[in-house]
Amino acid sequence: MPAGESSLNNSIAIRIENLCRHYSMGEALIRAVDGISVQIASGEFVALLGTSGSGKSSLLNLIAGLDHPTSGTVVVEKHDLAKLSREELAKYRLHTVGMVFQSFNLIPSMTLLENVELPLRFAEVDRGKREGLVKQALDRVGLSARLRHRPTELSGGEQQRASLARALINQPRFLLADEPTGNLDSQTGTEIMNFIREFNETLGMTIIMVTHERALAERYAGRMIFLADGKLVGDQSNVVSATAKETRGGRS
Amino acid sequence: MAELAVRNLRESILRNSLTTVGISVGVASLVAMLSLGIGLQQLAGRRLQKSGLFDTVVVTSRRDLRGFNREQEENGPAPAESPALTEDARQKIAQLPNVLEAYPDIRFITELRFEDKPYLTMMAGLPFSAKNNDAFDGMQGSFFSSDTAPEVILQKSFAAQLLGKTPKAGSDEPSVTEVAKPLLGKQLTMRYAERIATPATDTVTANSAASNNPAGTAYSVVSREVTLKIVGVCDLDPDSMRGQARARIFMPLEVAQNLHVMQPSDLRDTTNMASGTPAYMTVEVHVKSPTQVQAVEDAIKKMGFNTFSIVDATRSLRQFFAVLDLFLGIFGSLALAVASIGIINTLVMAILERRREIGIMKAIGASDGDVKGLFFAEAGVMGVFGGFVGVALGWTIGRVINLGTNVYLKRQHFPPEQIWFVPWWLVIGAIGFAIVVSLLSGLYPASRAARLDPVQALRYE
Repeated sequence: MPAGESSLNNSIAIRIENLCRHYSMGEALIRAVDGISVQIASGEFVALLGTSGSGKSSLLNLIAGLDHPTSGTVVVEKHDLAKLSREELAKYRLHTVGMVFQSFNLIPSMTLLENVELPLRFAEVDRGKREGLVKQALDRVGLSARLRHRPTELSGGEQQRASLARALINQPRFLLADEPTGNLDSQTGTEIMNFIREFNETLGMTIIMVTHERALAERYAGRMIFLADGKLVGDQSNVVSATAKETRGGRS
Repeated sequence: MAELAVRNLRESILRNSLTTVGISVGVASLVAMLSLGIGLQQLAGRRLQKSGLFDTVVVTSRRDLRGFNREQEENGPAPAESPALTEDARQKIAQLPNVLEAYPDIRFITELRFEDKPYLTMMAGLPFSAKNNDAFDGMQGSFFSSDTAPEVILQKSFAAQLLGKTPKAGSDEPSVTEVAKPLLGKQLTMRYAERIATPATDTVTANSAASNNPAGTAYSVVSREVTLKIVGVCDLDPDSMRGQARARIFMPLEVAQNLHVMQPSDLRDTTNMASGTPAYMTVEVHVKSPTQVQAVEDAIKKMGFNTFSIVDATRSLRQFFAVLDLFLGIFGSLALAVASIGIINTLVMAILERRREIGIMKAIGASDGDVKGLFFAEAGVMGVFGGFVGVALGWTIGRVINLGTNVYLKRQHFPPEQIWFVPWWLVIGAIGFAIVVSLLSGLYPASRAARLDPVQALRYE
């Protein structure tokens, strides 16, 4: 796994071309993603910004290989996701990308250990090796003391840290985060963001984070991509000032 | 996946144990039904087949126009041209497939003296194999000590007659124990006519009919007496198939054969036969099972003899056995269907309930195969548990029914009876069935789970 200096690594990791994801809901055709083209370099920290319904989560799901594009291509490290079989997509999600969600999405009936271990089971890692890897991952997010706890016995911040550990367990090169701080207070949110930044900087992971909080994006992301109505409306690098154009015609 | 499946099952213990109970109830009803059915069939085997009624074929020569078959066979040789029922023919019949034994039926009317009073009755020879006949179940005394022992077994009513205890009409028959006590070990004298083969040149009054026979068979008939010991008195009638001609006193077949009692058929047969070998009036054939009776009968008919079996007479009995089997099959399948539907239901519900969990698993890299395998394994584990619990439950139900039946039988003054039997193959089969049905029922929910769209599933709250 390419660890190292993100600033020096400018090879293109993700290439998105004219990507569309349309679906019909009753009579209406929803254009969740409508002709987006963008390239993301390896090691970048990208924030996808926009109001609800702007298509940022849909775009993230397409990059995650959870959803199929209606047209256009998503090429991640030379793999065209649209051309992968279901089996290959599962492998891609297992090894290449890690995901964290706003609602944590830990399995409530499982302990932290079991939750974090799950991707290792799917990756068919030897049982003997699994526990060590899980402890290492939980240690990295400061949760090694709570192996046997259920998600409901933890605070939101702890749950999100556990899901970060789960996302990292198979050492993916991409971290896809969908509003990772959306359910957290600002202090806990900062804690989570610091972990994500650390993964970006020390592990060289490429981060794509969906958020509607511009301040958060400005503080952590090296690049901000603005979406509205499924279209790309802005793409700024490392801009901290608030002069970026606001998304227009927003649905709330 | 199996490990994960087990932990998932442990997690929602209530729901899954209810499903497992559903499976086990299905398996239990299957086991209970079949064990009772098998028990009943074995009971039928013991009570009906052992009576010798259903696995016996009576073979007579076509020459014997008094044959059991009132309707004479349409095809086959005419009576006069048909073969005689000789020892050779008996051996041939005994070697037919599925034939256990074929022995001549020897019976004759004879005079017996008991305590200086004469009694005229029908005597029959019994093969030693008849020992297992259930007619001797309630017998007092014992079966013949050997094939050649000069011993007799009395039928209860004849025993009563010897004692002068013939029941008046309407009153109860005396019990076996009552009539047996004074008779066992006592002796009877039997008077009979022995047929002694003599050289053809001899001039004996009785052989005049044979004088036109080129090979020349002659015999004389001599009056004899033999002393016989009463060893048993039986309650039931070992000769019930015979109707009017049934014997009321029995001796070992060998003894009966060696007495060479002059039989009514002798005269005609010997006059027609080229050799001195006597022909039998009737040969009784025991077949391995009632289902093979028809085939054996056909084979014997091909040899040119007449046959008779109760299966011929009572198609409805064959139907009974067929319906019994069918009935068991139907109930078994119903139980299977109920169990399978229960399993499918639980697994499909489990998917609805666990949509989100499936979505999460897919999002973090579970393949369709992983999800399918997980649900499949869960179904399998429930099947294994359901199978074991079900067999235990079915076993218990069968036992309880058996117990209840015996209490009832006891009240009706019948001996207890085993109507319930669980063969090992049923145990293994039922568990195997539970696993297979669970896996088959798991197929659909598992593939549904695998096809679930993760984006949709994650949105689902």
